[in-house]
Amino acid sequence: MGTINLKESSVTIRETRLGSITGFNGSAKELVTCAHAGKLKDSSRKFSQCMGCNAGHAFCQLAMIRDAVVVNHAPVGCAGDFFGFNFTYRVEQMKRELPATIGRYFSTCIEEKDTVFGAAKKLEDTVREAYKRTKPNAIFVTTSCASGIIGEDVDAITEDLSKELGIPVISCSCEGFRSKIWTTGFDAAYHSILRKLVKPPRKKNNKVNVANFWGSHIFDEFLNRLGYEAQYIVPFSTVAELEYISEAKATIHVCSSLSTYLGAALEQEYGVKEIKAPPAYGIEGTDIWMREIGKVLDREEEIEKIIKEEHERVLPKLEEYRKKLKGKTAYVTAGAAHGHAIIAMLRELGLNVQGAAIFHHDPLYDNKNKDSDALAQAVNIYGDIKHYNVCNKQAYELVNILNRVRPDLMIARHGGMTMWGAKLGIPTLLIGDEQFGFGYQGVLNYASRIVETIDNKEFVSNLAKHSTMPYTKWWLDQDPFTFLGGNTSVENY
Amino acid sequence: MSKIIEQPRFSCALGAQQTVIAIKRGVPILHSGPGCSNKISSLIGQGEGYAGGNTIPCTNATEADVVFGGERKLKDVINGAFQVIDADLYVVLTGCTSDIVGDDVGSVTSKYQEKDKPIVYVETGGFKSNNYVSHSEVVNAIIDQYVDKFKNNNGVKKGLVNVFATVPYQDPYWSGNLEEIKRVLEGIGLEVNILFGNESNGIEEWKTIPNAEFNIVASSWVGLNIAEHLKDKYKTPYVHFQYLPIGAIATSKFLRQVGEFGHLDKNKVEDFIKKEEEKFYFHIEKTADFMLEFRYGLPRRFYSILDSSYSLGFSKFLLNELGILPGKQFIIDDTPEQYKESIIKEFENISEYRSAEVEFNVDAGAVQLEIEKEKEKDFQEGRALILGSGWDRDLATKLNADLLITSVPVTYRLVLNCGYAGYNGGLRAIEDIYDRVLNTYR
Repeated sequence: MGTINLKESSVTIRETRLGSITGFNGSAKELVTCAHAGKLKDSSRKFSQCMGCNAGHAFCQLAMIRDAVVVNHAPVGCAGDFFGFNFTYRVEQMKRELPATIGRYFSTCIEEKDTVFGAAKKLEDTVREAYKRTKPNAIFVTTSCASGIIGEDVDAITEDLSKELGIPVISCSCEGFRSKIWTTGFDAAYHSILRKLVKPPRKKNNKVNVANFWGSHIFDEFLNRLGYEAQYIVPFSTVAELEYISEAKATIHVCSSLSTYLGAALEQEYGVKEIKAPPAYGIEGTDIWMREIGKVLDREEEIEKIIKEEHERVLPKLEEYRKKLKGKTAYVTAGAAHGHAIIAMLRELGLNVQGAAIFHHDPLYDNKNKDSDALAQAVNIYGDIKHYNVCNKQAYELVNILNRVRPDLMIARHGGMTMWGAKLGIPTLLIGDEQFGFGYQGVLNYASRIVETIDNKEFVSNLAKHSTMPYTKWWLDQDPFTFLGGNTSVENY
Repeated sequence: MSKIIEQPRFSCALGAQQTVIAIKRGVPILHSGPGCSNKISSLIGQGEGYAGGNTIPCTNATEADVVFGGERKLKDVINGAFQVIDADLYVVLTGCTSDIVGDDVGSVTSKYQEKDKPIVYVETGGFKSNNYVSHSEVVNAIIDQYVDKFKNNNGVKKGLVNVFATVPYQDPYWSGNLEEIKRVLEGIGLEVNILFGNESNGIEEWKTIPNAEFNIVASSWVGLNIAEHLKDKYKTPYVHFQYLPIGAIATSKFLRQVGEFGHLDKNKVEDFIKKEEEKFYFHIEKTADFMLEFRYGLPRRFYSILDSSYSLGFSKFLLNELGILPGKQFIIDDTPEQYKESIIKEFENISEYRSAEVEFNVDAGAVQLEIEKEKEKDFQEGRALILGSGWDRDLATKLNADLLITSVPVTYRLVLNCGYAGYNGGLRAIEDIYDRVLNTYR
């Protein structure tokens, strides 16, 4: 358990690999202590609302490789997310001044008869047609609940097609039911890239991998100053670039929930150093991260200079914001790693974080290093958070809690959650760019948006007046964790 | 060649969750994988509505449920949904996992039905069909498993009609379209069960479905299954208008056909039509000079990548009311074989003077390549109009064409009550088309 094995055709799911959980109610400190002692148990819910699945998250990383296409081996409904990612792809092309290109994604449209007679032929036809239409440099085949249950040997089919077409045709096993933790989909995408695209280094270069979604390019200047070059992966990479991410000096994570599988695998297989400090959120967190960068990239002196400069630049401004935000309360809902980051940042700004509903929890990442635990670090620096709940994106629990807590501000990281703050008249903020809050400048960026949000009450208070609530009065009067059941052992899941 | 799809413009059978959401205070309960609902909402669900999006209860199938079955979990989630979600109607919909594994959802749900809970179930495993087809199945299931319980002995109510005109959310303009269709039908003296959206009286309205004097299907083929079913079940006759009526010609024709079928007071029908046409043509006449004289280029030929109802509706409207000529039209709704012939026939008689060519193909990626060729062949110099979806932006740019997004995914537009049906919808279509055209000038 725990070791990364690139010979396996499918990635091992996070529940098994890391012991990750989706239900917990307690304090942050309890969670961290339990997790580090290897004693974390999952809780299941007797009532649940729809979540996300790992197929969508695998697609998220594969859909924007500039010269690859994706074939989704599934009924047409599973392709419902094609356009959303295509839209993001195109918006980000604009920011990067790239020509407008449409994402090339294909569905095999599994139908009833295919569930009886098999859909292998259909998959082959689709891959060939996709090749004919787009002449890509690689084709990824993502799987689905339907293809998984009918037992298609997608790995063997893609192997044969690779030989036939002379380009990598790569299976990515991401059946929706495989894992309760949808971030397993990120691991699945990286696993398929590592298995079939990435080659051993020819020689080492001075690039640093920045594993991210598609946020702004904030690392260019910083790494240049240190004599390195930022290489943002996986979205907006080309197949050829991905082949040699093994040659980089190190891998930086912007979001540990996203890319720690990739980081650990690149270190294990090719000696690419993984930056193990949690991503740089909050002043002290950024100091720790900077010093680790200095060590790994062998630039300790220069880093100390930057830390000093940045402290001088940022801290006085930060003090101003702290005064403005003094006494304000906040509630956070977000994915695991980014949730930890937001918590750190809010407390850096002096807000009182009344609680957090975080989607899942990984006890430790693939590197098994306790220093990588951002929540543990946040608890060490800023103290415990009493009401820390792992909520698996269950809106009904969140609404119940918000209705009691009524914070001055709610911060969300994912769509579909902000509305509940706003409907209750609570100013709510969602930041899409995952790098917006990164580093010293990030604290200021967040601070200014928070001040603006708390100040802007007109929209939410009017909306609250005219909103309906699909939750029963009975429910709003119950304990928010009424449906969170007994401890189910993760191993049994 | 297998049926494959690049650039999907409809969803799977489970996409009918949006049909349930469109019923006032209706909520779907999904017995499916964890990501299904999200993927459906992201294609055909701009806005959560009352209890859509992240509010939808779901069993979130895991590997264990696939191996050992998920019936117990479904029971728990149904119990929870009744306690937590404040709704008038709960509709259990299954996904691929449940349908392939073979969970007995009927027996789980019927326990609640026996206790007179407002709950219905439908097997909508994604692979079974698409959301055009399953829309009708869900409506029929609600009628059979719920509405029928309230069937009274009051018999037929004179002048009451049920309307089946569009698939909510799959038609991004469903809300505005239904509002206008209800308005014009009320205008000729009918009492209208519109069934979906804010203009409907929700589940109380659904309960009067059996009392309708007749049913109206205003759609190429979706909804015919419902009307047939109601004919068998309650002997309710139905009238079929083959496309979305857009603009004055089509809407007047629609109203006359309905009026005749329902033996409505002819004067009342004609009075309403006259009043509406006067209003409509007042605006057309006012802007005719623009359409005739604008010298910097207006679209002169159109191509569409739409479902059959929109395709026919817009083709007739653009040609007959705006004088824009039809290029080839592509229908992407996976039209069942038995309906294709009558649709082709409608295109053959698209106006008094001409016919239009139509092709059925769900693979819009392939369709785009064909349109590029067609444009080349048809009409090298002229300016084209494309009626399609958000997928067609680059195609439009490449052909130097204007694009009006009238199909999902609509991501580049924000839709509130915009609709293209009826007299008002026709005017709106004209505004929207020429707004886009004029916007291209610096």
